[in-house]
Amino acid sequence: MTTEESVARKGPAGGPGRPAGGARGGRGGSGAGALLLRTVRANMRQYGMLVALALIVVLFQIWTDGNLLKPVNVSNIVQQNSYILILAMGMMIVIIAGHIDLSVGSLAAFVGAAAAVLMVHHDFSWPAALACSLLIGAAAGAWQGFWIAYVGIPSFIVTLAGMLLFRGGTQILLEGQSLAPFPRGFQNISQGFLPEGGPLDNYHDLTVLIGVVVVAVVLFQEWRGRRRQREYELEVLPLSLFVLKCVAIVAAVVAFTLTLASHRGVPVVLLIMCGILIGLGFVMRNAVVGRHVYALGGNRAAARLSGVKDRRVTFWVFVNMGVLAALAGCVYAARLNAGTPQAGINFELEAIAAAFIGGASMSGGVGTVLGAVIGGLVLGVLNNGMSLVGIGTDYQQVIKGLVLLAAVGFDVWNKRKVGS
Amino acid sequence: MSSVLEMRSITKTFPGVRALSGVDLTVRPKEIHAVCGENGAGKSTLMKVLSGVHPHGSYEGEILFEGEPCAFRDIRASERRGIVIIHQELALVPYLSIAENIFLGNEHALRGVVRWGETVRRAAELMRRVGLRESPHTRVADIGVGKQQLVEIAKALAKRVRLLILDEPTAALNDEDSAKLLGLIGELRSQGVACVLISHKLGEIREVADTVTVLRDGRTVETLAVRPSPGAPAEVSEDRIIRGMVGRDLDSRFPPRTRYRGPDAGRVALEISGWTVRHPVDHRRKVVDGVSLNVRRGEIVGLAGLMGAGRTELAMSVFGRSYGLYAGGTVRIDGREADTRTVPGAVARGLAYVTEDRKTYGLNLIDTVSRNISLASLPKLTRAGVVDEHRERRVAEGYRDSMNIKTPTVSEQVGRLSGGNQQKVVLGRWVHADPEVLILDEPTRGVDVGAKYEIYTAVDRLAAQGRAVLLISSELPELLGMCDRIYTMAAGRLTGEVAREEADQEVLMRHMTRDGSRGDR
Repeated sequence: MTTEESVARKGPAGGPGRPAGGARGGRGGSGAGALLLRTVRANMRQYGMLVALALIVVLFQIWTDGNLLKPVNVSNIVQQNSYILILAMGMMIVIIAGHIDLSVGSLAAFVGAAAAVLMVHHDFSWPAALACSLLIGAAAGAWQGFWIAYVGIPSFIVTLAGMLLFRGGTQILLEGQSLAPFPRGFQNISQGFLPEGGPLDNYHDLTVLIGVVVVAVVLFQEWRGRRRQREYELEVLPLSLFVLKCVAIVAAVVAFTLTLASHRGVPVVLLIMCGILIGLGFVMRNAVVGRHVYALGGNRAAARLSGVKDRRVTFWVFVNMGVLAALAGCVYAARLNAGTPQAGINFELEAIAAAFIGGASMSGGVGTVLGAVIGGLVLGVLNNGMSLVGIGTDYQQVIKGLVLLAAVGFDVWNKRKVGS
Repeated sequence: MSSVLEMRSITKTFPGVRALSGVDLTVRPKEIHAVCGENGAGKSTLMKVLSGVHPHGSYEGEILFEGEPCAFRDIRASERRGIVIIHQELALVPYLSIAENIFLGNEHALRGVVRWGETVRRAAELMRRVGLRESPHTRVADIGVGKQQLVEIAKALAKRVRLLILDEPTAALNDEDSAKLLGLIGELRSQGVACVLISHKLGEIREVADTVTVLRDGRTVETLAVRPSPGAPAEVSEDRIIRGMVGRDLDSRFPPRTRYRGPDAGRVALEISGWTVRHPVDHRRKVVDGVSLNVRRGEIVGLAGLMGAGRTELAMSVFGRSYGLYAGGTVRIDGREADTRTVPGAVARGLAYVTEDRKTYGLNLIDTVSRNISLASLPKLTRAGVVDEHRERRVAEGYRDSMNIKTPTVSEQVGRLSGGNQQKVVLGRWVHADPEVLILDEPTRGVDVGAKYEIYTAVDRLAAQGRAVLLISSELPELLGMCDRIYTMAAGRLTGEVAREEADQEVLMRHMTRDGSRGDR
């Protein structure tokens, strides 16, 4: 109501033909601060969680006497949480589309088991086994997507069924036993690092190189975005804030790179995750199909009447989730160096929690892939930090539950405050 | 006691916005007091202050109800005093019975256990009072909107209402149900229940209201007597009210029509023949039965009909079979048969349908203005599957300026815009899809007078560019003011085709109420 009225008020008393130039000039004057405030407020949960993540890191850094950010532990955090983060990114898209997927933990276990059977019993090479695993994931996603998109069974039911189905399948495949070991190459998916070699003594060379490239790309992107906004006469951040933003980003990248470079370099799985993050982030933000996912989650009927092929989009969202679940299953199996029937238990809940902490909404239509990663990292750093401090898993669960509640609660409270 | 309700210099400020500044409203006993104003004028805020949605202390000014000052903390407090508000969106639980709904939150219970006999008996009594002939056990989901509105009033009566506030009660009702509802309000007046009626329909205000207060930009503009009464002899005209609402003289409610002078002017762009649709659940029922019509380039053709005539059903079925079960008929666009079996197919052939229900079928309310505008034509803003966001913004800003969409920026959430501006966003979306044929379904429903004019101007411009426009509307003056020809429908069949020169409201109404089964035209 309020904004409706405020909007009506901004034009000169209801008269048509508002001078557009004047309105734009008016915005430009007070624009800078307001623009910043608006951007922050619009992405409150994500920014809030970024700040929360930073706070948690600082807190545990102090608490663990600096052990948290030791290079070896940073690598550890990345590797420990990789499979949850991969799942969370897919889960975010599923939730944006207005659905849920409860089967990803079981599916990850099933695919891990399948990979184990292929490699241990049938002597598949590890790349062949990995490719087969991803195909199995895609097929499983297509199976669930079919029931959800084309038959119209609610995703909660279909994936609940899938949860039982794939868990049972895992036990059948493995006959209740763990299967091991895997070839070195397969283990490296989760445990490996990029190769060493080069002029630097104290640092991992390739990692430093990657860091430099990332810095260059980020700066170039920021600069180009700003130039294009200018070109289109859109509002831009004032130069001082822009420089500050760039410096902050560069500092974060440099710190992270140097930390990794002083241990064993970039873990392979980090590269995989970054690839998925950039790829899916781009698709969700810039590709037509991404827009269609948001539109479907926001208002299904309206999207359909605007020509969005709702069934096809829903179907592919679940295929994507299936592939990511398969990848997560492989990463987890590679980390354990075994396929086990107990793999992936509660993964779906961790992934869903990460998505909601990272800004998803129960009713769909909102969220970003990056948000899911931030949400996953909040949980991951909490896990790692609490373990380092020596808090038992019992209390860890309690604290994680409260964090989830607080994150979403804060968002609800914040929206209500802005809305009324 | 000279007044039931007196609101004195009410001022309500939201962060950054003054929604109401010094509004006065006085309702006398046994009076139907209409409140009107453009969307955003502050009507709803004023009613929220009155009913305690905005609690005492969050506004300035004072409220006297039956002579006593009031300080409501919430809705329950105002209801306890007998002030009941019925919102535009009905607050009924669809899967509960009528009786359960009437006493929802107000149950007849003994130590926490509902006394069903008493509940049903009292419900039946209240239903008789509002003239609702249904079993108290019927589920609310199974009765029409008109009857649901009556349930709401019965619910208010159950709370011993002294002042009934109705927020656009007839917006979703057909003429018959509207008349019934307005009659009921009149009856309640004679039983001593005063009523505040918020409405966009000036005809309705003239019909039932005793007094009208006009709000504009959060201020009281004037209070006029609708009926001659001692002390206020003037009878007020619709134009007089409109002048107060918009703050300027409205010489004409419709823009002059601009003729299309292209080489293909007058060529038939849309031709529907023998279109038949069956009800999605009850397959025996034909909702649309053998309808044939055509629209030429540069022409605006009206489609009139009462509720349930099958106009929306026809349009949605033609547009990608989005309603019911297709049972025959063809669509030709520019003379060639068009495959409109799917929405993307229909869009590809240059068809666009602007829905009557923008909240359910039109907009993604949680997304931005610009993304809502681009949704139906993303491929146009795309290079190699990648959306050019800057161009998207520019396009949206273009429509913001040309259609005068009132929004701070095009990145604003559509849900925060007023109804008229939301409607312009939907229209902008389909204009950007660059269709040959537009079907507009009630494009000005729930839109205030000023915004209506802007929408009419946009529609005229579309026709002037050589597009064919089929305009579905329940407001006859709108059809008469905008269209070149008008078709009428009744009970799923086409019952008439009238040229603009021969048409007036009576002629149309005669066609619209004709028994469609003979289909003589």
